Amino acid sequence: MKHLLRTATFLRPYVWQILATLVILLTITGLGLLVPRIIQNVIDDGLMRGDTAYLIRAALLLLGLGLGSALLNFLNRYLSAWIAAKVGYDLRNRMYNHIQYLPFTYHDHTQSGQLISRCIEDVRSIENFAGSSVAELVRFVFLTIGILLSMLSENARLAVIALLPMIPLILMTSSFGTKIGALFFAVDMAVGEVSNRLQENVVGVQVVRAFAREPYETQRFDEANKDVFVKWVKVIDEWAKIMPTTGWLTTLGTILILFFGGQMVLDGTMTVGAIVAFNAYILMLAEPAQSLTGLVNAGGEAAAGAQRVFEVLDTQPAIQSPTDAVKLESLRGEVEFREVGLKYQDEKTASLSGINLRVQPNRIVALIGPTGSGKTSLINLIPRFYDVSEGELLIDGVDVRRMDLVALRRQIGIVLQTSLLFSDTIKGNIAYGRPNATDEEVVAAARAAQAHEFIKGFPNGYETIVGERGVTLSGGQRQRVAIARALLMDPRILILDDSLSSVDTQTEKLIQAALDRLMEGRTTFVIAHRLSTVRRADLILVMDKGRILERGTHEELLHFDGLYKEIHDLQLMQNVDFEAEMETLEALSDSELPSPRVEEEDM
Amino acid sequence: MRFDCGRKNTVLRSARMDYLTNDHPTKYMTTKIIPPAFITQSEENLDKGYDPKVARGLLNFVRPYTGQILLALFFMVIVTASSVSGPYFVKLAIDNGIAANDPVALRNIVLIYFVVATVQLGFNYSRVLIMSRVGQHVLYDVRTAMFAHLQKLSLSFYNRYSVGRVITRVINDVGTLREFITWATLAIIRDILGIVGTILAMLALNLHLSLLTFAVLPFMVLATVLFRRAARRNYRKVRAAVSWTNSVLAENVNGVRVVQAFSRQSHNYKNFKDYVNRYFLETGLDAAKVASVYTPVVDVLGAITTALVVYVGGTAVLGESITAGVLIAFVLYIDRFFEPIRDLSRRFDTLQSTMAGGERILELLRTPIEVQDAPSAADLPPVRGDVHFDHVSFHYSDDPTLVLDGIDLDVKAGQTIALVGETGAGKTTIVKLLARFHDPTSGRVLVDGHDLREVTQSSLRRQMGMVLQDPFLFNGTVMENILFGRLDASEADVIAAAEAVGAHEFIQNLRNGYQTSVEEGGVLLSVGQRQLISFARALLADPRILILDEATSSVDTQTEQVIQNALMRLLKGRTSFVIAHRLSTITSADRIVVIEGGRIAEQGTHAELLERKGLYYELYKTGFQE
Repeated sequence: MKHLLRTATFLRPYVWQILATLVILLTITGLGLLVPRIIQNVIDDGLMRGDTAYLIRAALLLLGLGLGSALLNFLNRYLSAWIAAKVGYDLRNRMYNHIQYLPFTYHDHTQSGQLISRCIEDVRSIENFAGSSVAELVRFVFLTIGILLSMLSENARLAVIALLPMIPLILMTSSFGTKIGALFFAVDMAVGEVSNRLQENVVGVQVVRAFAREPYETQRFDEANKDVFVKWVKVIDEWAKIMPTTGWLTTLGTILILFFGGQMVLDGTMTVGAIVAFNAYILMLAEPAQSLTGLVNAGGEAAAGAQRVFEVLDTQPAIQSPTDAVKLESLRGEVEFREVGLKYQDEKTASLSGINLRVQPNRIVALIGPTGSGKTSLINLIPRFYDVSEGELLIDGVDVRRMDLVALRRQIGIVLQTSLLFSDTIKGNIAYGRPNATDEEVVAAARAAQAHEFIKGFPNGYETIVGERGVTLSGGQRQRVAIARALLMDPRILILDDSLSSVDTQTEKLIQAALDRLMEGRTTFVIAHRLSTVRRADLILVMDKGRILERGTHEELLHFDGLYKEIHDLQLMQNVDFEAEMETLEALSDSELPSPRVEEEDM
Repeated sequence: MRFDCGRKNTVLRSARMDYLTNDHPTKYMTTKIIPPAFITQSEENLDKGYDPKVARGLLNFVRPYTGQILLALFFMVIVTASSVSGPYFVKLAIDNGIAANDPVALRNIVLIYFVVATVQLGFNYSRVLIMSRVGQHVLYDVRTAMFAHLQKLSLSFYNRYSVGRVITRVINDVGTLREFITWATLAIIRDILGIVGTILAMLALNLHLSLLTFAVLPFMVLATVLFRRAARRNYRKVRAAVSWTNSVLAENVNGVRVVQAFSRQSHNYKNFKDYVNRYFLETGLDAAKVASVYTPVVDVLGAITTALVVYVGGTAVLGESITAGVLIAFVLYIDRFFEPIRDLSRRFDTLQSTMAGGERILELLRTPIEVQDAPSAADLPPVRGDVHFDHVSFHYSDDPTLVLDGIDLDVKAGQTIALVGETGAGKTTIVKLLARFHDPTSGRVLVDGHDLREVTQSSLRRQMGMVLQDPFLFNGTVMENILFGRLDASEADVIAAAEAVGAHEFIQNLRNGYQTSVEEGGVLLSVGQRQLISFARALLADPRILILDEATSSVDTQTEQVIQNALMRLLKGRTSFVIAHRLSTITSADRIVVIEGGRIAEQGTHAELLERKGLYYELYKTGFQE
């Protein structure tokens, strides 16, 4: 409820429209209450007096009322929907923009699917409630008051009798609303489980088939499937109870009016017309009372939705430019870590500790070490994706936390292992960081990234849409587009992960060439998997358990005879055999059959 | 607030292109926003009219419950009859009780009315209960049938069908079917019976007034048809807006790290606010406008009818051709006459979205099963592990290009075969034929002399193990994942298998050891660790024939060493087919088979093949992997 009230703040810009709806609603209710009154008069006066002119007047009045309230009804409906749509629009905008600025820490702990459903489903439930549900609730209140007054003024005793069945009806429907919410939630959970098991089965289809586990899987699915059935039956049981009962209670109202009202007519204390009017009032009240079920349900959903929406909006983007940010338009590219430690939220052990490092501009730093040794954590600090927990990180002598975030990130280029592209044109993807780049600049970047050739090969060239429903790029192609994207930024500092998963040798060479090109003249941090990259680094950092274990050049570290040498030797084991064998072979072919073909290949 | 619905816009342009070519999208605020084509197209496909073929297909699922449905229908007739009799009781009470000044008659009539209403309550309860339970049974059956069919469909089906699509079929499409079966069918039948009952009651009461009431019917139908048409168009746009918003959100939330890395927030926000979300707003408003018109129009028609009946009926009462009770009953009937018509038009919409969903469900259920056990298939007896490819060729059913072309390969039990070749050469297809995920187009695959098509799939696969390139772990504990290889294995067996592949140590160090669940974000286990678990799983199954697709992804050097050792342990003592990427795996194989363009280009040992200076030599020189 607290959250629901908070959503009222989103209604504030539309106060006038809301007031207008209220006035319209009030008028509609008043007009609606007149109809039974007119019919009552027709029966009691018109028919008794035998006055045809009275009948014509009544008929015209009914017609006029019908037209008038229809018009108002339209206005009311549209206005409510308009307010709701506007509230939804504002909320989605706020959510979207807020999410964009939430730090990596937040996204690490949140499933993207959940965030999306908050922006769509939860906002929609708030929207529905703000629009039709609130209007209906207000209408119901107005109507109830109006009907109570009309009935009481006509005949208090009969009013009480006639309204008696309405009390259990309203109680039942509103309690049903709360109960059914929990039951529907159980259904959703059960369906979610079916979906999970199905997804697992489909994703793992090869394993399932390979181990001939179809019967086991079928049984697992059936359990979840049965559960959905059971949960639905619970909903149905409630529904089957409530739906006929509300109808019966309404009829009971009519019956009570006929019986007691009839007696009163016989006693001469009431007219036939009044009975008819009473009956009409009861029918008028029953319909919105029955829809209370839906209203309570919608209210519950909206409250839950609002809670989830506020959960997002209340999360402060922890990483922001300070108000007095230092704006360095052109970095030299000097990076310095001073006693840097990093501990992620919810984690017991620090991911980085005691990092001291000073990198001169335009140097290449290679990071190696086992999975989880802190390589990625270290490079993520440079563009301030995370803030250090201890110590400080300086770029060009300025603490990154004091710098303007946009200016900083604009000068850092990042190419990660999984090259995420957006479903946009290739051009749009390359120009992602600089939407104003000219076509020439985009092509130049693509050429440097060895991507121009394959892009030209597509029928639409740079206008080819990639991703969803577009062309699917291979891993190697994606990687090169990502390299071009980083190149176009012309960053002073470059961060890259050189592991190239499953690309063929030819492509690998192309990418290697592109990367070499990219590293020229920039401060580069590279998570290295390849010896060739490591060798040409100015500084190699061997990381283990969040610390820099060894540092130095390739030669220095080999001499040191530590973890680096161990890794190096392990990796070399295969390569050494290979290279040795190659040499023998080449020696053989040179001496025995000097074939020009082989020489050509050596180039 | 903008009202540009229906107005013809001179400039129609795609929002996507605007956003690509223009830095100031606000400049185009007055033009119509059009979502990208793939979104509108997919929404159009959703919009289907009534299709008797689909209806018949769906009816097959309902047939087993015919008895219950007939009972429910019978109950419904009783319910409708008693419900329609309501205004008639009012008439009786007024005319025979009150007007006739007869308190006994009044009491009796009211009493009968009460009994009828209560009987109606009982029947209504049973009817709702029966019908909706039948509905749930049907849906349960549909999901079961779909899952069972999915278990039999060949792997090429899964290449065409994404995971998302399969789930949409089984969850969302069955969901729309539920809407239809549980609520819509109930309501549609109730509405139709209600209309018919009311018409009959009115006719019985007074012909003249009935015809007067029916006179508005054509206008009502016209209004409904026009409204439905407009509403459907709008509804389609609303759905497109939702899926557009959804996909833009999904992309940006998933790519939020890139968004931040490239500082794209303000640019993206402008695009979202001025295009995607604005389209959402505008389609919603257009739909609201149309939806707001319908009910008032019906109300006006109702008011016209009431006015007519009051005037004409009132005059008739004065002329004493009808009683006051008849007039009152008629006014009550008018309401009951309009309500189901309004409701029916709403249900018809549901029916249409069901048609589209139903069609997709049936399409999945009717997808032919490519690999099936022959009727005469026998269980494959325990094998030694000789594998023979006898002039095997293969192409996919939807593409006549040969993927494999005349493969002849003879493998003795216990040998390790390394399959080598460029991506797309046909290595994977060879092992898939061996596992009988596909059947050869021509030629035979034999295990111990048994043609695979003559044995049951389960008996074959029980003796075969498979380790995939991307190790797949199921949600569950590490223990359960290894057990997947042999469900009846003991805990000691599992640990032994893990020890043998060198996974025991790291598993023990996990938070809950073997009982640690693997689903926790996947952060918990590295790629290398996942691989080792999948090795343990295969080792536990202890297959005679092993298929292994070596992973290409990079793991750190120490893990790599453990994996290499585990691999050797796993391959030992069984016929193994390895799609190899690592040099050490290749060189230690008994035989290397080089595949090129669906054919065996060369085969032999490492040394023999190097000597030949053929394709293998080339591959070798460029380095399989560093």
